[in-house]
Amino acid sequence: MNKYNFAFFDEQSKREIRRALLKAVAIPGYQVPFASREMPIARGWGTGGLQVMLAIVGKKDVIKVIDQGSDDSVNAVSIRKFIQQMTGVLETAETSEASIVQSRHRVPEVPLTGEQILILQVPIPEPLRETEQSELRAKRLHAEKEYSGVWLSLFEQIMKYGCTATGADHPTMVHERYVMSPSPIPRYDNRRLNDCAALILFGAGREKKIYALPPYTKVESLAFVDRPFVSESMHGKICRLCGAEGVFLDESVQAAGAGPFYECNDTGYCRQRQSSKSRLDRGEQSGD
Amino acid sequence: METNEGAVLSLQNFRKQFGSGCEKCADLDERHLQRNYCPNCRTTYACADVSLELYGGEILGVVGESGSGKSTLLRCLYFDEEASSGEAFLQGYKSGQVNIFTETGQQKRYIRNYHLGMVYQNPYMGLRMSFSSIGNIAEKLIAAGGRSVDEMTGRATSLLHKVDIPPYRFLETPATFSGGMQQRVQIAKALSNNPPILLLDEITTGLDLSVQAKVLDLIKGIQRELSISMIVVSHDLAVIRMLAERTIVMLDGKIVEQGLTDQVLEDPQHPYTQKLVQSLL
Repeated sequence: MNKYNFAFFDEQSKREIRRALLKAVAIPGYQVPFASREMPIARGWGTGGLQVMLAIVGKKDVIKVIDQGSDDSVNAVSIRKFIQQMTGVLETAETSEASIVQSRHRVPEVPLTGEQILILQVPIPEPLRETEQSELRAKRLHAEKEYSGVWLSLFEQIMKYGCTATGADHPTMVHERYVMSPSPIPRYDNRRLNDCAALILFGAGREKKIYALPPYTKVESLAFVDRPFVSESMHGKICRLCGAEGVFLDESVQAAGAGPFYECNDTGYCRQRQSSKSRLDRGEQSGD
Repeated sequence: METNEGAVLSLQNFRKQFGSGCEKCADLDERHLQRNYCPNCRTTYACADVSLELYGGEILGVVGESGSGKSTLLRCLYFDEEASSGEAFLQGYKSGQVNIFTETGQQKRYIRNYHLGMVYQNPYMGLRMSFSSIGNIAEKLIAAGGRSVDEMTGRATSLLHKVDIPPYRFLETPATFSGGMQQRVQIAKALSNNPPILLLDEITTGLDLSVQAKVLDLIKGIQRELSISMIVVSHDLAVIRMLAERTIVMLDGKIVEQGLTDQVLEDPQHPYTQKLVQSLL
């Protein structure tokens, strides 16, 4: 039924991407160039993450694909379907069941284990891009560990807005060596990259870069000594569907003057909590 | 290499060439060169074996026509371009024992951030036009390891006060400033780390006379107050006469005359200097 090779790519292509991945794992936070392929989806729609996924996925893997926390958004569904068609592997919405999670701009709420791999899609892998447009010079700055440009961007935000205004993609220092763009995950997720048990791979298809965080890598969010790093405050907010507290929530506005309401951003996590809650409720009822 | 007693900067046989050079022009023999250009291998010698000393607290003027290698000299000293050969020693860096031209990129950056300040002719070279004025000054402080927002804004504000930028414009971008103001922000940036040496490249060119006077006043004041040594490059003899105690005259990449500014201007020896002084309006 399938005229394509397993996982879409020919073996040579997979090998080239895997080789870049190995180098990326060996030098945490360092951007490894790779020969980004033309994909059946447009560049900028997750081709980096997809290529990493196709290069490492095996027949026994169980995959989960999310787009900003959601399993059901168009991007997540089409990527998941594509991988599924090209490999025939099982798919899941539950983080704990997946062996590989491909994600656009979120780290799942359920803590990842050493058995799992997280793949993050990256639009702009170069944290120095704002202050240094030349790729060559940016590479040199990385080599010399010269990150004034990144700090300057943060400083400028404080001057303009009174605080660092990175809504997402707050730059991080990896293993005290390379400054890395964590991909546009919310600041809430930054600290969850630190000392993470799972292997985390980053793929930027349009920019042709791969980088990685091996398990238990030190990841620090950059902050000035007198302006500590703060993540989004979810204080006092509760998911209206599952009642979760202290997780990353989406704010929605109701019509006609009613206050905003909140829902878990990670839909898989939320659904799992809802179903276990209803199971619990049923259990109590049958016990009466 | 021994350095001269008291020189904060000592430059020896500095050469900057564009092109590979050939057997004929390697010794810079004038018979084989057309001015500073070798017709055989098409190499241009922007600076041909320049040696000079800069002493503590003095202002050294460098004059010469355009293309004489003045700016190249500064750009190489500030590591914007790489020197082809020669040696430079800074008194404040490794006690003047190490040739700074052969240091690693990281060390050069360190020297730039801690020992040198540069003001370019064109503010677009020295400033980030889309960043706030405070941010521009903080850039140099950050590069020198500054990680405290309050300290850096404090330092930047006091410097901007010093160069007379109105406080309500501190957070604006230099792109919205007049040429004279941009130049003053550049000077504030160059001063941010208290560098012992300041390099000034045609800083008043293109400014109107009253603004020129303001900028020159500022420079003179800074020198008196902080006793920073400076190299001032200019083709404007009036600027040199006002600022510099000692002057070097460059032509075709070589130093053709040097001495006390008054001496050079009142009693020029080299034909080129004579012509230069004569053409003064």
